[in-house]
Amino acid sequence: AALKGGLRSQVSAALKEGRVTPTELCQRCLALIKSTKFLNAYITVAEETALKQAEESEERYKRGQPLGILDGIPVAVKDNFNTAGIETTCASNMLKGYISPYNATVVQKLLDQGAVLLGKTNLDEFAMGSGSTDGVFGPVRNPWSYSKQYKEKSVPKPYSEDEESNWVITGGSSGGSAAAVSSFTCFAALGSDTGGSTRNPAAHCGVVGLKPTYGLISRHGLIPLVNSMDVPGILTRCVDDAAVLLGSLAGHDPKDSTTIQDDFQPFELPNLTDVSKLSIGIPKEYHAPGLSSEILALWSKAADLFRNAGANVVEVSLPHTRYSIVCYHVLCTAEVASNMARFDGLEYGHRSDRKESTESMYAATRREGFNDVVRGRILSGNYFLLKQNYEKYFVKALKVRRLIADDFVKVFRSGVDILLTPTTLSDAAPYMEFIREDNRTRSAQDDILTQAANMAGLPAINVPTALSERGLPVGLQFIGRSFQEKQLLTVAKWFEKQVQFPVIQLEEVKRHDSNVFQHQKSASFS
Amino acid sequence: QKVSVEVLDHLEHLALVDFRDSEGVERLQKAIQFADQLHEVNTDGVEPMDSVLEDRCLYLREDDVTEGNCTKEVLENAREKVEEYFVAPPGNIPLPKLEEQDTFLQGS
Repeated sequence: AALKGGLRSQVSAALKEGRVTPTELCQRCLALIKSTKFLNAYITVAEETALKQAEESEERYKRGQPLGILDGIPVAVKDNFNTAGIETTCASNMLKGYISPYNATVVQKLLDQGAVLLGKTNLDEFAMGSGSTDGVFGPVRNPWSYSKQYKEKSVPKPYSEDEESNWVITGGSSGGSAAAVSSFTCFAALGSDTGGSTRNPAAHCGVVGLKPTYGLISRHGLIPLVNSMDVPGILTRCVDDAAVLLGSLAGHDPKDSTTIQDDFQPFELPNLTDVSKLSIGIPKEYHAPGLSSEILALWSKAADLFRNAGANVVEVSLPHTRYSIVCYHVLCTAEVASNMARFDGLEYGHRSDRKESTESMYAATRREGFNDVVRGRILSGNYFLLKQNYEKYFVKALKVRRLIADDFVKVFRSGVDILLTPTTLSDAAPYMEFIREDNRTRSAQDDILTQAANMAGLPAINVPTALSERGLPVGLQFIGRSFQEKQLLTVAKWFEKQVQFPVIQLEEVKRHDSNVFQHQKSASFS
Repeated sequence: QKVSVEVLDHLEHLALVDFRDSEGVERLQKAIQFADQLHEVNTDGVEPMDSVLEDRCLYLREDDVTEGNCTKEVLENAREKVEEYFVAPPGNIPLPKLEEQDTFLQGS
């Protein structure tokens, strides 16, 4: 129904023509959020303000003056973006009860265009993790766990086991946002991407996850993890929608001096028919240890798809790929050690009751406010930054970073336009299995295919490709040249059209589908 | 090489965060082991890369006041304040030394 259409091609048209109103869309999404509460995708649902925004949008449509394609569109935002008047927790005890006094630039931009902010989505605490399992509000469940597609492939248990324990993770750290988009509770969601945190859950939840070029979208108001790698991420149900979101968010922000000053022109994606002029690079090092045979086959099939359509598909080498995750580990913990120093209980956030001294209050506040993962990274980071370790680890990692970035430069200089790689090593793991390994081990394993793009600052996108044998989504990743999002998304859109990834069949969504929009069901957005 | 108790204590003071238990210390040991792989890479003659935007000029805006006067917002989330001040416990009191503490590290 209206919930399933593309923004530009269908939803916007439906709103303009009055076939559906912003208030109806908003109410529909709010109701669906309530009935999918078991997913735990949302930390805060801003029902009152969302309905108010929807009403205001409706007035604009009545006057024939919508602000743009996003006017009236329900969106969700990861809970590490500041949202004025709405609690921003980063899924941590440290920020429980913290009401942002301002909007992150990207949030402000969405609101300025009339988008309806439904709420804040769940994540790993302070975006540290690859499962969305380590936040204080509990783990996020992958909507596909409850899909017809997954259930029919599940082996029935011999003893009466609670269906509950079979559920799979969303991936992370932007798992709440990915689950929200995947379960139709919003049309688009903001995530963040430092090592793959938008693309990883996008792959596991069967949605499009875009990591823009570093410097394209403002980080002002995004609670920082790694200042030199963080970017706001975009999660949508189709590539066209990602282009719409990108168009409304990209551009220089005087409040973020790491945004580039070049003029950004929003674009509509052409319908590519001829790929013969395209050169697709297949980096051999991305055939990483642990890559499932299923995904390997899919990756190969995708390469053939491009080859058969006339594109030039070549194997390339990014020799330092396997050091990317180690490099990330050092640089990330070092920047985290610095960024987390602001949480001392004095100006905002949790404050301990200790009063003997400032230092004892700070120490107790941080002991009480941070979970193991965060504390672990802070301590590791401080270790690598010690005088005796600074050259050996931190500076060394900065040098390796250059080598990784140079690998990409060389490949793109050799004539390759886009790189095609897997996004994850396998489909989503069951929660019970995932938590058997600790956060750091998991992150090191899961970020392997996504991390290097953050190291080099390049744009990358996950496109849902096919269902695995277990009935779960598998995605493939395209990595493009710096600031060449238009080319990247054009190719991604072509690919999306070829693979025709299936729509998730969720009981809850079916119940909310109104018969009124039956005629829209057949319209595909490709 | 295991990290010495002195360094662990030093880290706790620097970070103002505790290891809490042997698992926390083990976590650091594993992290260092993992990071040691960096030394396999030959970086002779390679300059450290601070930013992927190193080839561009940093944006500098005009030195004009464009916002402010938001004392109320700035103070809103603080738990303890008096008039327009954040209130902190007394400063310049160092945390107890390792021997004086009753923490996990003391027992190790």
